[in-house]
Amino acid sequence: MQKFSIWSLLRNALSYHEGWQQQWRSPEPQREYDVVVIGGGGHGLATAYYLAKEHRVGRIAVLERGWLGGGNTARNTTIVRSNYLWDEATALYEKSMQLWEGLSQDLNYNVMFSQRGVMNLGHTLQDLRDIERRVTANRLNGVDAEVLSPAQILAMLPFINLNTRYPVLGASLQRRAGVARHDAVAWGFARAADALGVDIVQNCEVQGIRREAGAVVGVDTARGFIGAKKVAIVAAGHSSVLAALAGFRLPLESHPLQALVSEPLKPILPTVVMSNAIHAYISQSDKGDLVIGAGIDAYTGYGQRGSYPVIEGTLAAIVELFPLFSRVRMNRQWAGIVDVSPDACPIIGLTPVRGLTINCGWGTGGFKATPGSGWVMAHTVAQGRPHALNAAFSLDRFHSGRLIDEHGAAAVAH
Amino acid sequence: MLQIECPYCGARAESEFAYGGEGGVARPADTEAMSDDEWGDYVFMRRNPKGLHHEQWRHASGCGRWFQALRDTVSCRFYAVWKIGEPMPASPSDEGRP
Repeated sequence: MQKFSIWSLLRNALSYHEGWQQQWRSPEPQREYDVVVIGGGGHGLATAYYLAKEHRVGRIAVLERGWLGGGNTARNTTIVRSNYLWDEATALYEKSMQLWEGLSQDLNYNVMFSQRGVMNLGHTLQDLRDIERRVTANRLNGVDAEVLSPAQILAMLPFINLNTRYPVLGASLQRRAGVARHDAVAWGFARAADALGVDIVQNCEVQGIRREAGAVVGVDTARGFIGAKKVAIVAAGHSSVLAALAGFRLPLESHPLQALVSEPLKPILPTVVMSNAIHAYISQSDKGDLVIGAGIDAYTGYGQRGSYPVIEGTLAAIVELFPLFSRVRMNRQWAGIVDVSPDACPIIGLTPVRGLTINCGWGTGGFKATPGSGWVMAHTVAQGRPHALNAAFSLDRFHSGRLIDEHGAAAVAH
Repeated sequence: MLQIECPYCGARAESEFAYGGEGGVARPADTEAMSDDEWGDYVFMRRNPKGLHHEQWRHASGCGRWFQALRDTVSCRFYAVWKIGEPMPASPSDEGRP
């Protein structure tokens, strides 16, 4: 791998930047691997990267149905935060936050992580109680958080309209939270994993998961059978489809989640603003576009497009909070398929099939967890048992009843 | 916006309806004898298929009644709607199921 540095940049400038290598190979799949990761999104690539970097597991392949990072990694609204309520979730997301803080250096790839803060607005007395409870819980867990008064909100956002139909009474703020460049995260992990010998195979849909005597032995793909001692499903919205291939069900429902971006504007929104109560969710990218997250369609769907009333509801809330955005033109809209779990928490762990692990159920908030998710998943795959950070997120919590209810801290109501 | 056919009221806008999740999930009869695994399967586990899905809907802002539907989760096309208690239509569409 060619290292990126000021020196390599200067050296390549002398040759008109014609000497750069490809960022990663496109190898033909081998007949057999020690570990096959199904899904070449951010989480799958991060899993492969940490497997190769921190665990000696031999040959690793990432099989991607479409193209690298072309699913939810390219479709999310790029928010990174760790201000969850319960200890288990906070520990997991905070691990991820700590990895984010060194990720560009670790990967030698600029993921444009920008800690500009995330503000969660409260509109009712109960909202404020919940905010104070969550902020206090965060601080007890060593996560930075503070409660803002309306005056403090106005100091950061002088143009916000606090006197909406549901008036803004306060907010929580996590200053270490922020945004990152989503594509760069996929590319950075792919480049770093490839440099460690991981085969990233695109256009290679998994069509079957072969088992013998209750243990996984490989996968049937669009490019033939590939043997594997261990298989990890990291496939977001299509997790239930893959689980069905392996003969079990998941407690997931896949919904379209929409987002949209505006034309580029000069810098105006210095932080990320979200409101659970009226469902507004907005930030400004470094390129200048307003990035707006809408809600999920109430019904399930795999079509990667959502229904119009959902966008209408979100934009009505945005325009009421920020009247000066009312004439901003929207450039693009799209949807990603999110795998929503009953307790708004992920499932990371073992499955009923030996050697087969799964990482799914991130629902509407998986991007922020990309490095941490890959890190604990790599441990789970390599050791054959969960790390302490993801032990509570096992599939069998839906049989034991030990759910981790994070609906209050999820940005998108579901 | 989708147009959904209520078996009682006819075609109406999607925004009048509430989604009720997977259909045909019958509450187990002998609940006292059930294990935790059986309860977990009944309460949480779902088929969540990519393709035809048997599901429940309620015409919430209309007649308020529940009904069942067969919908393709990729195209969002409804292949059949029928009343609770009626059998699932054998051949839901002239054009055939995907």
